[in-house]
Amino acid sequence: MRFILRRLGFYLIAFWASITLNFLLPRFMPGDPVSRMFARTQGKMQPEQIEALRKMLGVDTRPLWEQYVDYMHNILTGQMGVSISRFPTPVTEVIASQIGWTLLLGGTALVFAAIIGNLLGILAAWRRGGAIDSALPPLLIFIGSFPYFWLAMGALYLFGVVLGWFPIRHAFTDGLEPAFTWEFIGDVGAHLLLPALTIVLVSIGGWMLGMRNTMIATNSEDYITMAQAKGLRPGRIMLRYAARNAMLPSVTSFGMSLGFVVGGAMLTEVVFAYPGVGYQLLNAVQGLDYPLMQGLFLTITAAVLLANFLVDILYVRLDPRVRSN
Amino acid sequence: MTVSQVSFGSHEPVLDVKNLTVKYIGDTRSTTAVDRVSFSIGTGEVFGLAGESGCGKSTIANSIMRLLKDPAKIAAGSISFGGKDVLAMSPEELRRFRWQDVAMVFQSAMNSLNPVLTIGEQIVDIFTTHAGYSRKESLRRAGQLLELVRIDPARLKSYPHQLSGGMRQRAVIAMAVALKPSLLILDEPTTALDVVVQQEIMAQIKELQRELGFSVLFITHDMSLMVELSHRMAVMYGGRIVETAKAQDVYANPRHPYTQALMGAFPPLTGPRVPLTGLPDGVKFRNIPDLTEAAPGHFVAPFGADAEAAVLEGAAR
Amino acid sequence: MTTAILKQPIEPTAARKPNRSFVHGLITNKKALVGMIVMLVFIALALLAPVLFPGEPSRITAMASLEPSPEHWLGTTAKGQDVLALTVHGSRSSLFVGLTVGFASTFIGILVGLASAYFGKFIDEALSLVTNVFLLLPGLPLLVILAAFLPPGLGTVILVLVVTGWAGSARVLRSQALSIRSKDFVAAAVVSGERAGRIMFREILPNMASNVMSTLLACVIYGIGAQAGLEFLGLGDVSTVSWGNNLFWAGNEGALLTGSWWVFVPSGVCIALVAFALALINYAVDEVTNPRLRKIKTPKNTERSAAK
Repeated sequence: MRFILRRLGFYLIAFWASITLNFLLPRFMPGDPVSRMFARTQGKMQPEQIEALRKMLGVDTRPLWEQYVDYMHNILTGQMGVSISRFPTPVTEVIASQIGWTLLLGGTALVFAAIIGNLLGILAAWRRGGAIDSALPPLLIFIGSFPYFWLAMGALYLFGVVLGWFPIRHAFTDGLEPAFTWEFIGDVGAHLLLPALTIVLVSIGGWMLGMRNTMIATNSEDYITMAQAKGLRPGRIMLRYAARNAMLPSVTSFGMSLGFVVGGAMLTEVVFAYPGVGYQLLNAVQGLDYPLMQGLFLTITAAVLLANFLVDILYVRLDPRVRSN
Repeated sequence: MTVSQVSFGSHEPVLDVKNLTVKYIGDTRSTTAVDRVSFSIGTGEVFGLAGESGCGKSTIANSIMRLLKDPAKIAAGSISFGGKDVLAMSPEELRRFRWQDVAMVFQSAMNSLNPVLTIGEQIVDIFTTHAGYSRKESLRRAGQLLELVRIDPARLKSYPHQLSGGMRQRAVIAMAVALKPSLLILDEPTTALDVVVQQEIMAQIKELQRELGFSVLFITHDMSLMVELSHRMAVMYGGRIVETAKAQDVYANPRHPYTQALMGAFPPLTGPRVPLTGLPDGVKFRNIPDLTEAAPGHFVAPFGADAEAAVLEGAAR
Repeated sequence: MTTAILKQPIEPTAARKPNRSFVHGLITNKKALVGMIVMLVFIALALLAPVLFPGEPSRITAMASLEPSPEHWLGTTAKGQDVLALTVHGSRSSLFVGLTVGFASTFIGILVGLASAYFGKFIDEALSLVTNVFLLLPGLPLLVILAAFLPPGLGTVILVLVVTGWAGSARVLRSQALSIRSKDFVAAAVVSGERAGRIMFREILPNMASNVMSTLLACVIYGIGAQAGLEFLGLGDVSTVSWGNNLFWAGNEGALLTGSWWVFVPSGVCIALVAFALALINYAVDEVTNPRLRKIKTPKNTERSAAK
C-alpha cells in the first residue's frame, strides 16, 4: 500500500511538472509564436475568446503567480481553450473525439508486441543457441532500427498502394456510419491492421531482447537449479519459476515504454492519416494551433501516467515482496 | 556421542562414484574442477566431503544430480545409484530420479526458494509432479511436512521473504525429505546461518535421518560439524581426494598435511583451547597422486618424501 | 565452484588489464566489427559529400520524379532534385545531430548519475525524481511542444533532443555508479580524504566505461531516430538537407501515392543501417562485458554433457 501511495505521489508530481512546463513555455520562449498565431486567425474569433487565449498563452500583464494560479485552475477544471485549426471547437472536445482511436491503435499494438515479444524472449532464453535464439534477435534488431514512420510508409506503399490489400488511410471507410455492426467493426479492423502491424514489428525486438536477457540472468539463479533438482517438468520450470520472475522487470519496462510507443503510434498515425491524437498533433503543428498542442501534450501525458499507475498496481499483484513491504 | 556416530552403513552402496572428472570448458582453455574422484556411500550412511571453497565439493554434488551448467562438463568417470547408471539416464528418467531418489539441500535457502511462489506452492509442486496427488491432498501433506520440521502449517501461505533464515532452511529440508529419497545431499546447509540456528538445523537433520534412514552426502568446510555428523569422510583439495577414512580416524589421526592444516584451522567444540593453525602462506599441492591405504580403512594420497610425484611447494615460491 | 578456475595458474595473456581486454574483445567480436565498418562508411560518406556531390544538393537538376537511371542512380524527387545527392548530403546533418545529441545526453547522464551515486541522500532523491519525471513524460509530444515554441533551426532540434534524451542515460548510469559507489575501494578513497571530483571521475567513472559506451550508443541511436521523427512532422529546419527532412518532403510531395518509392526508401534505409550498426556495436559491448550472454559453444567431441 505504501508503495502504491508513493507511486501515486510521484505521478502527481510528474503531472504537475508537465502542466508547469506548459505554462512556462509560451511565457519564456524567445520569439512570439502567439502573435503569429493570432495574425492567422484575424477576424474569425470573438473578442472574449481572443482574450481567454491570450491569458492562457501568456499575453497577460498580471503578475506571474496570479497567471499561474489561474492557469492551474483552468487546466484542472478542464478548460483548455478553443482549437484554432478546428475553430471554434473547444480543445477538450477535439481531443475527446480523437483519443479513442489512438487508444485502439496504440493499445492493440502495445499488447500484441509485448505478449509476442516476451514469449519469444522466454523461448529464446530457454533454448540458448536454438533457432529462435540465433535467428530472431539480429533480424528484429534490424527491423527495429527503422523509424516507425518509415516502416509505416513502406507498408503503406507495398500493401496499400501496390498490392491494394489494405485501405491506405483513415480509421474506417469514408461515409460509413459508426455503429456496433459487424460490417463496421470489420472495416475498422481492416484499417487498423497495417498501422498496428508496423508498430508491433518495430517494437517487438526490444521486448524480446529485454525478456531474453533477464531470463538468461534468472536461469542462473539458485531457485532454478533447485527446481531442476526437484525434478519438475521443464515447461513448469520455464513458466512458473524462470519466466514468472523474469517477467517483473519486463512489467516495469512496459510502463516505461508506454510513452515511447505513444510517440511511435503518433508518427504512424500521421502516415496513415489515422484520426488519432498523433495525426491531430501534426495538424495542430501545421496550423500553429498552440492551445490544441498544449492540450494534446497534457492529455497524452495524463494517459501515460495513468497507464503507468495501472502497471504499478499489476506489479504489486505480481511481486509479493513489494506487497508486504 | 549421538546415534549418527554409530556406523551402520551396509556393504551395498547406494551411491557409487568412480573416477569422476569434471572440466570447465573455456573459450581458450579448460580447467579440471574435479579430478578422478571415487567414493561410495552405503545405505543409511552419512558420508562427509570436506575441503576449502573452490575445491570441487559442490561440483561433485551437482554432478550426482546432473545439475552441472555450461561450461562444466563431466569428462570421464561413472556415477551409479542403486545400480543404475546416472549418466546414461534419459531426460525423463533423470527427471524422475531427481528428488525421488536423490534430494538436495542447497547452500542458501533464500536463493534456492522461488521468491514469487508461496512455500506451500513450492512443496505442492513436488507432490503433484512426482506422486500425482491432487492439489488438496498435496497441500495436506505439505502441512504435515512443515510440522515435521516444526514450522506452523499456516506458513504454507507465506512467501520465502516472510520467513526467517532458519525457517527457510528448515522448509527446504522439509521439501528435501518430501518423497523420502534414499540419498540426501547437503551442500553446506548451514553456512549462511548464525551458529545457534546452525545447531538447530543440524539437530533437525540428525533427527530426520534417524527417523527416515536415508543416506547423506554432507558437504562442508566446517570440520567440527563434519566429524560430529559423518560416519566416513573424505578431504578434498584442488579437485582431488587427499584422504578418506572413518570420520573418527580422520579426526584423531589426520595423515595428509592438508587435512592436518584443515583440522588445525577450526576450534574443537569441546576440550581445552588450542591455538589455531592453517596451511602456511603460499603452500600448494600439485599433481596429487592416487590414494594408498595407510592404515586399515584409512586412505591417504602420498605426499612429501613418500612420493616423488607429489610436490609440496613451500613458501619460498 | 567457479573459484576453482581462479586457483589455476593464470596464463600471462589472461592477466591483461580489463580495459584492454574489453577493447580486444570488441575488435574481435564479429557483430562489433560489422557495426564499426558500416559506421565508418557512413562517416566517410558524410565527410566526402561536398567532394562527391559538389554544390547545393537541394537544387533542381533534372526532370521531376525520374526513376533510378545511370544519370540519377536513385532517381529524382517530385521537384527534380537528385535523390542520391540528397541522401549523401543528408548524412551530414543526421550524423552530426545524432552524435552531438548522443555525447551531450551521455555527458549530462554521467554528471547526474555520478552526483546521485556519490552524494546520495537528498541530492540523489532530487535528481532521481527529476530523471524519472523526464523519463515518464511521453517523448514525442514533449518534443513537439518544445520544438513548436522555440525558433526553428538546428540548434533547437539538438537542444530539444538533449532535453528529452538525457534522462534515460542518467538512470542507467546512476544505478551502475551506485553499485560501484558501494565497493570497498571507493570507501577507501573516501576515508583517505580524496576530493569528491577525483573520486567521481577517477575512481568511479573508469569502472563504468562499458556502461558509458553502451549508453552513448543508445543515445546516438535515439538522437538520429528522434531527429528524423521531429523533422518528419515538419518541426525541424525544413531548409536543411537531412534524412528526416528528405522523408518529410517525400511525404509532403506524395511520393508514396505516386509510387516514387525511390524517394523515401534511401533515407529510411540509411537511418536504419546506422541505427542497426550502432545497435550491433552495443550488443557486442554487452556480450563482451557480460559473458553469460555470449554464444554458447557446443563442443562436437564425445564428452558427455552433464547439463540438463
